[in-house]
Amino acid sequence: MSLLEVKKLTKNFGGLSAISNVHLELKENELVGLIGPNGAGKTTLFNLLTGVYQPTEGSIEIETNGQRESVIGKKTYTITDMGFGRTFQNIRLFKNLTVLDNVLIAMHSKSKVGTLKSVLRLPSYYASESKMKKEAIELLKIFSLENKVDELAKNLPYGEQRRLEIVRALATKPKVLFLDEPAAGMNPQETADLTALIRQIQKDFKITILLIEHDMSLVMNVCERIYVLEYGRMIAHGTPEEIKGNKQVIKAYLGGE
Amino acid sequence: MKLINKTTIGWLVVAIAGFLVLQLAVTTGIISAYYEITLVTILINIILAVGLNLIIGFSGQFSLGHAGFMAIGAYTAGIITKYFPTYTGLFLGILAGVILTSIVALIVGIPTLRLKGDYLAIATLGVAEIIRIVIVNMQSVTNGAAGLSGIPYLSKWPLIYVFTVLTILLVANYTQSSPGRATIAIREDEIAAESMGVNTTKYKTIAFILGAATAAIGGALHASYFSVIRPGDFTFNKSVDVLIIVVFGGIGSITGSVVAAILLGFLNVFLQPFGALRMIIYALALIGIMIFKPSGLLGNKEFTVSGLLRLFNRKSAQGEG
Repeated sequence: MSLLEVKKLTKNFGGLSAISNVHLELKENELVGLIGPNGAGKTTLFNLLTGVYQPTEGSIEIETNGQRESVIGKKTYTITDMGFGRTFQNIRLFKNLTVLDNVLIAMHSKSKVGTLKSVLRLPSYYASESKMKKEAIELLKIFSLENKVDELAKNLPYGEQRRLEIVRALATKPKVLFLDEPAAGMNPQETADLTALIRQIQKDFKITILLIEHDMSLVMNVCERIYVLEYGRMIAHGTPEEIKGNKQVIKAYLGGE
Repeated sequence: MKLINKTTIGWLVVAIAGFLVLQLAVTTGIISAYYEITLVTILINIILAVGLNLIIGFSGQFSLGHAGFMAIGAYTAGIITKYFPTYTGLFLGILAGVILTSIVALIVGIPTLRLKGDYLAIATLGVAEIIRIVIVNMQSVTNGAAGLSGIPYLSKWPLIYVFTVLTILLVANYTQSSPGRATIAIREDEIAAESMGVNTTKYKTIAFILGAATAAIGGALHASYFSVIRPGDFTFNKSVDVLIIVVFGGIGSITGSVVAAILLGFLNVFLQPFGALRMIIYALALIGIMIFKPSGLLGNKEFTVSGLLRLFNRKSAQGEG
């Protein structure tokens, strides 16, 4: 059963076709890679999937409660609510807020805490608040950030900021997680740690992960299937072994005949 | 987390102590009838500034329409209390003002909150002017440009004090709750907030409506204390006055707004004897703070009882050690 199905997706910016005629399918509990040279349209595809951009043509359908639903025309927060969490290539944490608040904000939409209840401080407010905090700290523990709950997000070291982005995305309780270059700017050791972590998340949370990454060792190591984009077109699709041997992919990356 | 803890008791003590000090000052005559006007002005300014800070400091939306919402509250309460010159009439008036203002804020907010920064400021400025012009032209209801006079003097200063405390409580409770955090997330990064499932339009509108509603409370109390209101009281200048308090105290700091309203209130009184020089010194003070502390007196920090307790504990721990 496929969770997400993208068909004939096209996005034009004026005369430039950033994404053209792309097909993509994600099944339950899969770890899929999305690679491609710089400017291939990987992040644009993410932005289309999460409703930040609206596609020019094509369809994006997702499976919710056994029903097919189109994502097109929906707001980003609705799509997040439907179970699609994401991280950003250029870290977009709430910098001036604490680590804990960053996670709590992501939990807000599922918590169903109303404004009136919060302002009047009804007893159930305290119950839901402490429950949310407990959950958030549990989540931070998995990423060994529990000692930093009161620290401002901007004061975290780079690697931890990247990890916090993933925690925050997981706090929205996604079925599918889009990770946009989670290893960007990390050293080999940090990348290796992250690789293990991504595997663990996918197993423990039983979610599907779509991963954009430039670090080939990471992608080839963890991904079950890989999609390759070049100039907005999907030029290849297959297992890591197939992709390694694919002539078109080698040409896209290294040039030549 | 319980309702009765050190922090809540601490704030309750602060609120009651503040009241007792003021009560003592009024009965002993330290605060004369003349200075009582200053006291009330400060209290109403606190209500207005805290509400505007919710819109500007917490949701990050730049509104210049506060005087307009204040005017709706003032006129609604003024007209109703003229017909029912009792406390019931006053509370009814305040309630009606708050409801009417909230409706106007909702109608205005949904289209204008799509705008950003300067554009939103201009749009809200326009809305406030429209409200004022409507009041001027509704001769039969509002008595036009001459204004309403003879509004029953019902809101004595203790009542205004209570409303000030309630307003601060309302805004503080909101900003320190889950919806409040969602609102602050919009200020921090709108795209990230939306990707985390925050319905940005909804929470911008809620913050805008809450801010406008508190402005209506401030306006209603203003009308009931001063007995006379004119459309000229609610011009662009009034919005800017409130904005100055917010910026002076620190954008995003509730206690900052309170401190700034008090300081600027005092400054105004002390500068009375200087006549025309007053506005120059006032302006210099503002320029000074913007040069030396551009983020305002308290920045986005809060003065908190729990912070004070922590400081106290640390001090006593050092004393023991």
